Amino acid sequence: MRVAVVDESALRASIIEEGLAELDGCEIFTLTDRKALLAQLERIDPDIVLIDLGNPSRDVLEEYFAVSRALARPIAMFVDQSDDDAIAASIDAGVSAYVVDGLASNRIRPLLDLAIRRFNAFSRLQSDLAEAKGKLAERDMVDRAKRILMDSRSIGEPEAYAELRRKAMNSNRRIVEIAEAVVTAHDLIGGQ
Amino acid sequence: MSEDLAIGFLPLVDACLPILAHEHGFAEEEGLRLRFIRDVSWATVLDRLLYGHTDAAHLIAPLAIATALGRSRPAQPLAAPFVLGLNGNAISLRPDLAESIGFDGTLGDPRQIGAALAIEAARRRKGGRPIRLGVVHRYSSHNYMVRYWLAACGIVPDKDIELVTVAPPFIADALDSGEIDGACVGEPWNSVAVDRGAGVIVLATAQIWRRGVEKVLAMREPVLDEKRPQVEALIRAMRKAGSHFVDPANWDENAAVLARPAYLDQDAALIRRAISDHLVLRQGDRPVHYSDFMFQYREAANFPWVSQAQWLYTQMVRWDALEFRAEDARTAGKVFRPDIYRSALKDIGESLPGASSKVEGSLRGLTQVGTQSGSITLGKDGFFDDRIFDPDDLEAYLKALPGR
Repeated sequence: MRVAVVDESALRASIIEEGLAELDGCEIFTLTDRKALLAQLERIDPDIVLIDLGNPSRDVLEEYFAVSRALARPIAMFVDQSDDDAIAASIDAGVSAYVVDGLASNRIRPLLDLAIRRFNAFSRLQSDLAEAKGKLAERDMVDRAKRILMDSRSIGEPEAYAELRRKAMNSNRRIVEIAEAVVTAHDLIGGQ
Repeated sequence: MSEDLAIGFLPLVDACLPILAHEHGFAEEEGLRLRFIRDVSWATVLDRLLYGHTDAAHLIAPLAIATALGRSRPAQPLAAPFVLGLNGNAISLRPDLAESIGFDGTLGDPRQIGAALAIEAARRRKGGRPIRLGVVHRYSSHNYMVRYWLAACGIVPDKDIELVTVAPPFIADALDSGEIDGACVGEPWNSVAVDRGAGVIVLATAQIWRRGVEKVLAMREPVLDEKRPQVEALIRAMRKAGSHFVDPANWDENAAVLARPAYLDQDAALIRRAISDHLVLRQGDRPVHYSDFMFQYREAANFPWVSQAQWLYTQMVRWDALEFRAEDARTAGKVFRPDIYRSALKDIGESLPGASSKVEGSLRGLTQVGTQSGSITLGKDGFFDDRIFDPDDLEAYLKALPGR
């Protein structure tokens, strides 16, 4: 089975590719370049095309499948119409599939399931990263605010932190919000 | 008690009504909470609608009909109780092509431009590089309007001029790189191309059909039935948004709202051009006013005329090499739901058309039409070639059209 993975995110494409490599009898082709997309697909002549839902080229791809004489005609997603659960799951995960008509669903299903799992893993990774970045940024913010308080009031670090925490508790806000206010005010008043 | 509706949309100016209904509180007044899901391809907007991520979607009208007919996905009954606006698209050409067909800084006559384009198309075909135009989707009014116009000017689409699909955000790039020589796309994407010097606007689609149907609010039939009160509330909220949208006092504010990252994520000044019917046609030129470029609110613009759906079906038959079937024509017509529109607006003093279908393109001047209370005045609704579309005889209409 020849599988084309179309994804403008090279990182995600490689995560998908790596996952699909577990399957026997699958040849995986990864396409990340929009410019040469159709010509490459023609060369690959895939049985299945996986493309992320956020990809602006989907309409172009569907048009190509509708008119292309070069390819066996893939149809949008759907193995058989009773497979609604699989389709819903793939849309939830953010992946859509085009499958050459007549391909047996017992061959497609494991592939689709795996792709869905990898897509979900990738978005978890993304949100973990974003969260980690956010946490890091928050810690930086609190550190800066502490530094400002320590310099301007000549107090030590524990007192500076206690001050921030007290303010946060009194105004029913998070420490990081108070820290942000301190830093913003300091920048506005023209601190260094 | 607030009810939720999730609405899918593509970043285009004509997604304005549900967005403004939400942002100006009209939806809230109707006890409705709206959530928006933005995508970048119609395929994805449609998938989310069909698999329940969204309750309703901003959708190109022919795609709703194609879906009901099972043309691009397994057939699913879709309903369009509201037209999100008429026209609002333009045809842009690369500056060199605009030059060679005699662009003079104005929106010219579609016949003259078509005649000049026919000559240029023949010349370029001899040179081995036929003119190639981009449209946003096979099942879009853009595709049908362009083909209607070309065929009426004696140009055979796909033979004299190539037509390809290009996603709206890539149109300016594709013009710039020479991948296409022109395109028909909605705003703000023509204006984006103009400001980059990649395109020149030569025609508004309103010049091809003065009252051409464009996007609809599409839903799955079962969802419409299940959420009927919310849908009717949404229709009322969108009418209020339409009235706000056409008021010049609000143009700046509405352009700014639509410009936000969550919606169109584009420059407000660009967006304002379509809203105000003032378009900059060529980089550096002064804006040109074309009164019905994007038609909203007035003359029951949002009323889903069954005849509009059937016109789209005739074009699908014409260009998709389908066999005309009376049953398909009925299915297509049934996608548009004037009954829902009427039901939503009957108690708030709106003038509602008494008929559900009209002879399209027959109004030569201001015409009064009967409503369930009083009358509405409709403006000129003509096709540029003066053909008339009578929904009572689709086959005769199809037979008379050129270029099949």
